Amino acid sequence: MKKAIKEVAGGLKSLAVGMRITLGQFFKPTVTVHYPRETLPIPPRFRGHIELVRDPNTGKPLCFSCKLCERACPSDCITVEGVKPEGSKKKTVSKYILDFTKCSLCGSCVEACRDGAIRFSREYNLAGLSKEDFIMDLFARLQEEAKRDGIIIERPVEGPATPVAAKPATAPAPTASPEGQPAPAPAASVAKPAPAAAPAGRVEAASPAVSADAARGGERALPAEGKPANDGAPKSAASVEPALCAERAQPGAAAEKVEVK
Amino acid sequence: MNFSLSAEPVRLVLFLCGIMAFVGLNAAYLVWVERKGAGRFQRRPGPTEVGYAGLLQPIADAAKLLSKQLLVPKGVDATLFRLAPLMVMAPALMSLAVVPFSETLAARNLNLGLLMIFALGSINVMAVMLGGWSSRNKYAIISAARVVSQNVAYEIPMLLVVTTVIMMTGTMNLHEIVGQQAGAFWNWNLFALKSNPMMPVTFLIFYICMLAETNRAPFDMAEAESELVAGAYTEYSGMGFGVFFMAEYANILLGCSLGTVLFLGGWHSPIGILPGVFWFLAKMYFLVFSVVWVRWTFPRTQFYGLLNLSWKLLIPVSLFTLILTSAMMKLF
Repeated sequence: MKKAIKEVAGGLKSLAVGMRITLGQFFKPTVTVHYPRETLPIPPRFRGHIELVRDPNTGKPLCFSCKLCERACPSDCITVEGVKPEGSKKKTVSKYILDFTKCSLCGSCVEACRDGAIRFSREYNLAGLSKEDFIMDLFARLQEEAKRDGIIIERPVEGPATPVAAKPATAPAPTASPEGQPAPAPAASVAKPAPAAAPAGRVEAASPAVSADAARGGERALPAEGKPANDGAPKSAASVEPALCAERAQPGAAAEKVEVK
Repeated sequence: MNFSLSAEPVRLVLFLCGIMAFVGLNAAYLVWVERKGAGRFQRRPGPTEVGYAGLLQPIADAAKLLSKQLLVPKGVDATLFRLAPLMVMAPALMSLAVVPFSETLAARNLNLGLLMIFALGSINVMAVMLGGWSSRNKYAIISAARVVSQNVAYEIPMLLVVTTVIMMTGTMNLHEIVGQQAGAFWNWNLFALKSNPMMPVTFLIFYICMLAETNRAPFDMAEAESELVAGAYTEYSGMGFGVFFMAEYANILLGCSLGTVLFLGGWHSPIGILPGVFWFLAKMYFLVFSVVWVRWTFPRTQFYGLLNLSWKLLIPVSLFTLILTSAMMKLF
């Protein structure tokens, strides 16, 4: 009898304690984030899809279409094309297509890039109605980004063909299969052609850029001349990584709720 | 006015409309209160999107439920299946007719009002059972069996504590019961310690039984969604389910009104000034809030735990208070 009374009293007391705790919580502020109106700060090392980096001085893209990222990509989601505008010594990117449907965000491209011309974006609101929504034109994205800063970037066009570019001899046979399409032949992703052949093999044969690329192939200081390009990525990774970390840790990522009204 | 209509039918029709509107609005907005309350207890804001602070949410919900097809599954007892939601809603509406909202605001001042409420209250149990039984669904039948055993178990202590109150007040007229509690809060039946020193315990038993009778958490065995899909309501779609849902809140409203009338002094002010309908509503909504509060505090009990609580604890204690009250009344 005594035990039973004790049990009942203990039970009632625990119920009262529970009620008090929940009432305490009732008057405390909410802890949830109102997602579309509020967002949490994105961690500095967040890996969104890649994006092109603009030169902080000129606002132009840093990428000069070396295609290292294209070759470093294990799933062939990147297509880069570059042109040499008139009066310029360097090439510049004119087309940068990311097929995000195949991207696994491994980051090999970012590691391969020696100039910090691509980085992970902080874009996570990715929803689309069709598969094609995820084949992203990163150059157009950069143009829009620049527009917000008040800079208009024209898509560069090819200058007059240089004498070197006219030489067809350096363009080797693999051009037969145009692999620049969104769905390349599976063989291409397994064993990539040697550096000299790679650029020519991966863009449309009809493009005037092809021959220019092929001609420049030999001049470029590639990390592993003569070896398969896949080896290039891990090698360069070590030297690029610290710079990347510094770059990814962007300022303004305060640890507070960011209101996006 | 020269209308040949006598005042009484007009008054009753007005009360009918009023009570139906009151129950409908409350059923809709208690869902909102429930969801907001659940949110606050869990440190989140609850509905915010439809209207200011989600105030139009019940209307959106109603539109959704109304636009859905009323499915009557193959092989069910169609008549009973359709009748069950009505039978669960109607008693709650009818019972509110005798509830005195204020000194003058009551549809019918019956001498046996309390008896009528409990008589109609038992129909409610039968309706849920019918709904489960006629659904031709295993979950629904299990749920129906649970509802019956649970309600039989809790009807007993409920009636015992109400009998205690009737013995103290000497009437079943709700208006008179409230009338006897006039004055400040120490005149409420809750604090009528002179005739029954265990009156707060009696109120607690009444409250627990009220939760169990309305199938509210932590006694929501009838729609234990984690084990029985939606219990007795599994096969109901659209407004068939909607009426069950509204009836749950109508029954909570009735239970809380009854608690206010029997124990908390009805329309009387706790400090003895300005009695009126707002005091009744304030007390009733406080009880409604506490029902929400309890729901989001305690997890669902096990079924034998629920029956043990009734048979081994509530019934003996309520019997004891009954005997104690009668002894006190005889002695003093």
